[in-house]
Amino acid sequence: MKVEQISVFLENKAGRLAEVTRLLGDGGVNIRALSLADTSDFGILRLIVNDNEKAKKILKENGFTVGKTNVVAIEVEDRPGGLARILDILYRAGINVEYMYAFVQQSGENAVIIFRFDNLDEAIRVLQENGVTVINGSKVYTL
Amino acid sequence: MIYNEEFETLPREALEAIQLRRLKNTLERVYHTVPFYKKQFDEHGIKPDDVKSLEDLQKLPFTTKQDLRDNYPFGMFAVPMDSVVRIHASSGTTGKPTVVGYTARDIKTWSELMARTLMAGGATKGDIIHNAYGYGLFTGGLGFHYGAETLGASVIPISGGNTKRQVMIMKDFGPTILTCTPSYALLLAEVAEEMGIDFRSLKFKSGIFGAEPWSEQMRQEIERKLNLDAVDIYGLSEVMGPGVAVECIEAKNGLHIFEDHFIAEIIDPETGEPLPYGVKGELVFTTITKEAFPVIRYRTRDISVLYREPCKCGRTLIRMERVSGRTDDMLIIRGVNVFPSQIESVLMEMEEVSPHYQLIVDRVEHMDQLTVMVEVNEKIFSDTVKNLQQLENKIRKNIKDMLGISTIVKLVEPKTIERTEGKAKRVIDNRKL
Repeated sequence: MKVEQISVFLENKAGRLAEVTRLLGDGGVNIRALSLADTSDFGILRLIVNDNEKAKKILKENGFTVGKTNVVAIEVEDRPGGLARILDILYRAGINVEYMYAFVQQSGENAVIIFRFDNLDEAIRVLQENGVTVINGSKVYTL
Repeated sequence: MIYNEEFETLPREALEAIQLRRLKNTLERVYHTVPFYKKQFDEHGIKPDDVKSLEDLQKLPFTTKQDLRDNYPFGMFAVPMDSVVRIHASSGTTGKPTVVGYTARDIKTWSELMARTLMAGGATKGDIIHNAYGYGLFTGGLGFHYGAETLGASVIPISGGNTKRQVMIMKDFGPTILTCTPSYALLLAEVAEEMGIDFRSLKFKSGIFGAEPWSEQMRQEIERKLNLDAVDIYGLSEVMGPGVAVECIEAKNGLHIFEDHFIAEIIDPETGEPLPYGVKGELVFTTITKEAFPVIRYRTRDISVLYREPCKCGRTLIRMERVSGRTDDMLIIRGVNVFPSQIESVLMEMEEVSPHYQLIVDRVEHMDQLTVMVEVNEKIFSDTVKNLQQLENKIRKNIKDMLGISTIVKLVEPKTIERTEGKAKRVIDNRKL
């Protein structure tokens, strides 16, 4: 049920993001989704790619600090209120969302959103109990 | 103007006779009261009696900051604690500070030396002294305070910080003498300007500035912006605190060392060999009147030059050139002594932190600013901003708790910090003094 996400530490300076994407592109790694969180002096790039091990290897070899985190990919109905319904379920269960970002590609009729929770297993359980579709990792990498 | 005409203008022979007598007394006393000195003298096969001239001082071993640290906290005291009336401390090379003590007579001596200092800097009984040196374990605040009272001047014990309020008080109380670090003097002028107050129109005549390195250019800038005479003061808590040496307002050319209380030497920092007058080297001090915390040939790590030529102010005391650097890696940040090793030990105690760090010192709007750059490795990296910011805050807080200074902590990518021959360059000092 869990999806592996890699994250990269970036200083806020020109060309760092370009460097990451160029390295991955040259290595034949396809970026499936990404989000960038930034502060005044550093940023954290989070990526879902088609080949985690390869991506990690390439980035580490080039001196980047790379982390690995489990996140959840959730199908969200592509209509008004679709996301609100899911967030409401989480809110009622007292589950805090650390961050989230959207996939470009859809899963059938539905949008796909990546969620990062503190308590991943609990979140998955609550979502499934409420009939929300949690997508398998292997499926996400190839969407 | 000279506070103690008799002792500050002694003929050299008379002064040296006093020095020798006081030196002999001090050596005799430390040998019998401080186990460290007895051991040192014995190991070098020297007895206090063997010192028969001032030149014989050179036979004695040096005392270093490490020796003080090894005897933390009170091991170097030469009197029982019930004779100690005051304790001060300055930062050491690791977490532990260097502790110094004073008897009632030491405080009296120090107060007189600070009265001499203030008068050398242009202060008289009728002046109002705005004392913005920090009060506390640091010797600056209380040293100036007691000197001002001994002189009979009116002292405003404002201490450091709260700059706007300081400017208001300066405007309303009309102080005539300013005592603070040179960088704080410039900050005061700037804040006054922001508040729409013309610092140059305040009543200040002169300022006595020290506790951090500064330059002739900075003196000119201060004199221009603050419209006062700026003189340099030298001191260190291990020897006394402020009041070891000061410039006279008449010449502003080198700091007169109060030789009736301290014997100064210049040595080659590599070999320890004494150097002649006029040659640059490391300053070494021996105290000859202190009771609670005498030091014998204490290596200051400060670089200076000694001059014997008479000064136009009339003092016969030798002069030291303004300190031009250090023989170790100590930094002075807003008047606080900081060793890179202290920051390192704070970082190393946090097991999650990478050993690669760098300190960058800048002067921003006249105030020193220390930035600690820490490389982010996989152990400390997190995918959430919150966790990384918490880490930055924790490092900042730990440094503040340990050293009492505020820093900017910046996480950087691995290998950002320049390595030279495999070793990282730990300190970049961008201050243009």
